[in-house]
Amino acid sequence: MNELSASSRITYRAVMVRPGVARRIRGLSDRTLAWLFITPTIVLLLAINIFPLLWTIYLSFTNYRANRANVPTIWLGADWYQSILTDPDIWAAMQVTAHFVIWTVVIETVIGFGLAFLIDKKFRGHGMWTTIILLPMMLSPAVVGNFWTFLYQPQIGLFNYVVAFFTGRDASSFQMLGDVRLSPWAIVIVDAWMWTPYVMLICLAGLRSIPDYIYEAAEVDRASKWRQFWSITLPMALPFIMLAVLFRGIENFKMFDMVNLLTGGGPGSTTEVASITLKRAAFESWRTGYSSAFAIILFVTVFGLANIYVKALNKVKSR
Amino acid sequence: MKPTFKTLVVACGAVVSAFGLGAGTTPAQAQGKTITLCWAAWDPANALVELSKDFTAKTGVGMKFEFVPWTNYADRFLNELNSHGSLCDLIIGDSQWIGGAAENGQYVKLNDFFTKEGISMDDYMPATVVGYSEWPKNTPNYWALPAMGDAVGWTYRKDWFARPDVQKDFKAKYGRDLAVPKTLDELRDIAQFFQGREIDGKKVYGASIYTERGSEGITMGVSNYLYDYGFKYDDPKKPYAMDGFVNSPGAVKALEAYKDLYKCCTPPGASNSYMSEGLDAFKSGQVALQMNFFAFFPGLHKDPNVGGDKIGFFVNPAGPAAQATQLGGQGISVVSYSKNQPEALQYIKWFSGGDVQKKWWALGGYSCAKSVLNDPSFPNSAPFAKEFLQSMGMVVDFWAEPSYAQLLQAEQKRVHDYVVADKGTAQEALDGLVKDWKAIFKEEGKKF
Repeated sequence: MNELSASSRITYRAVMVRPGVARRIRGLSDRTLAWLFITPTIVLLLAINIFPLLWTIYLSFTNYRANRANVPTIWLGADWYQSILTDPDIWAAMQVTAHFVIWTVVIETVIGFGLAFLIDKKFRGHGMWTTIILLPMMLSPAVVGNFWTFLYQPQIGLFNYVVAFFTGRDASSFQMLGDVRLSPWAIVIVDAWMWTPYVMLICLAGLRSIPDYIYEAAEVDRASKWRQFWSITLPMALPFIMLAVLFRGIENFKMFDMVNLLTGGGPGSTTEVASITLKRAAFESWRTGYSSAFAIILFVTVFGLANIYVKALNKVKSR
Repeated sequence: MKPTFKTLVVACGAVVSAFGLGAGTTPAQAQGKTITLCWAAWDPANALVELSKDFTAKTGVGMKFEFVPWTNYADRFLNELNSHGSLCDLIIGDSQWIGGAAENGQYVKLNDFFTKEGISMDDYMPATVVGYSEWPKNTPNYWALPAMGDAVGWTYRKDWFARPDVQKDFKAKYGRDLAVPKTLDELRDIAQFFQGREIDGKKVYGASIYTERGSEGITMGVSNYLYDYGFKYDDPKKPYAMDGFVNSPGAVKALEAYKDLYKCCTPPGASNSYMSEGLDAFKSGQVALQMNFFAFFPGLHKDPNVGGDKIGFFVNPAGPAAQATQLGGQGISVVSYSKNQPEALQYIKWFSGGDVQKKWWALGGYSCAKSVLNDPSFPNSAPFAKEFLQSMGMVVDFWAEPSYAQLLQAEQKRVHDYVVADKGTAQEALDGLVKDWKAIFKEEGKKF
């Protein structure tokens, strides 16, 4: 007896054992079958995403504290929202976050696109250079935070020595992480170092998607390289650049690990980004209701900004 | 066949037993019970592992340890307690946790157990009982057994102080001999004297002090100045009334003095420095003075580069109003979510024993038992023993309220903003702190 006939026999036997089930499955519509497949995913999504979100929204209107579960929960209405939105410390944290997000996105986009443009030229060894450039983004943010702390060390840190070499200043005469003027830039530099390759990769994909015949047509029309860049390269790579900006913007808005390791929010509160403030409220002070309200405000902010941005991105793509 | 086989198995078992082949099995394994003790990852924890081997040998209860670095210690274990986790059967929790842990039912109340087992709190140093065991403070409600006495002290480079050229320069500059500082002003002079000085061809710095922002560092450091200048957490006659006590003129001067010490006399890049950074700075020969907890002093004394005759120890010097120091250390508690409470209590009973406490000190832990500390030989038992004893007699602790973490965060922010980030004045920082603390206590429903 060959294999085919053996499997047929098994199927036959199954049908014989439970004919009702088989008939029912055979009779399912495509729609029902689709629901059957996606239901587990939807249930999982509801359990780990939607329910916690709804629960957080509920908690944000209460005095609940996770460390005092035996204290009666009182409904506070929008008190937390009002207190957060009128708290100067929160606005200071938002300003720090905005500074961090704007500068990292600008620097990463400019340098990332520049690198992609160069790598796209396919020079000798470009594959090796691409790999080398990509190395920082393959590291864990915890590792990056720790070793940049050493690089920034004023007495033994390589960064200070490099700056001293080029500027002639004493290496230990300035401290990147302990100075209020320099520390916001110190975290921007580390993030740019780590994530510029990511932006480069997306931009490279954009540049490689531009068909060669367009450039050939431009050459025939005697368009200069400068003109080709502004009229072909940039407009056609723009949706990719915008996508990279969106990804980095969202990521950096919720940046926590690297900044926490580098400065812990200091000196003072100079680099206390919103997520550090949120973590302190939620898991050090255990003000669960308050931190839930803050988390919702941050969520709405990111969600709103991202939506506006995606609409702009779609407009650019449809051009 | 069957009886013959059975006889063979029994005989084999007898032979194995007779030759002691099962001797490697510990009583713990025999009994099958193991308890987990949670603490910070540092030198005394290693001493406790060594000490606890005696407990296992005596009782047959195995010990597991969960040690977390200081920077994550509070986060990790408060999360564990707040989520009603049963990872830890025993916890050596920070002194400030006691209020929250007691009020939230996270620690087992030990009064009945102490009475039943004849453990008396009179047998322990009063400061450690108040600091590590009682909640509410100064009431006979015990939630922990004082386990690890600790306070902030100072180390100095004895070998540098002893150099004739250094002594000569110091006398020429300050008109007095270079010696262990008795006041905070003297300490500042010494730190300034060493700042930027060349010793053996290497540039050295004055002092390593606590400036850490993220957890509790700068608060644990600045407190040693605040207390000495007359700072009080609240009105002794009216609890939680803080105006004029937290932001008193003395407290303002203390904050200014701490900032002055940070600006004039610390190594470059010391803007986020706590225990391990202080140890690094001292061990690498960068600084003449180091502020740190006594718990590290046994290790420092053994250090091949800066230990032995090269290191000296002194208590926090006096200020214009008082001489006090920040309490460190912890008590050992039984976690109320533990499934092994009888064994955990058994450990506490064993740990309270006089001989165990003596061995604890000998191994590098700081006993809080009077039987150890009041022993006439104690002050000479280690180069830092006398200073430790003196410090434990003048300790003050931070708030131990259930809301301590919020109170701590507020001070961390206000003090770091002023001392390190140059934001505002000392008066503004302390006025802001009073405002923050009032808001926290108001939210807690306190009347003041």
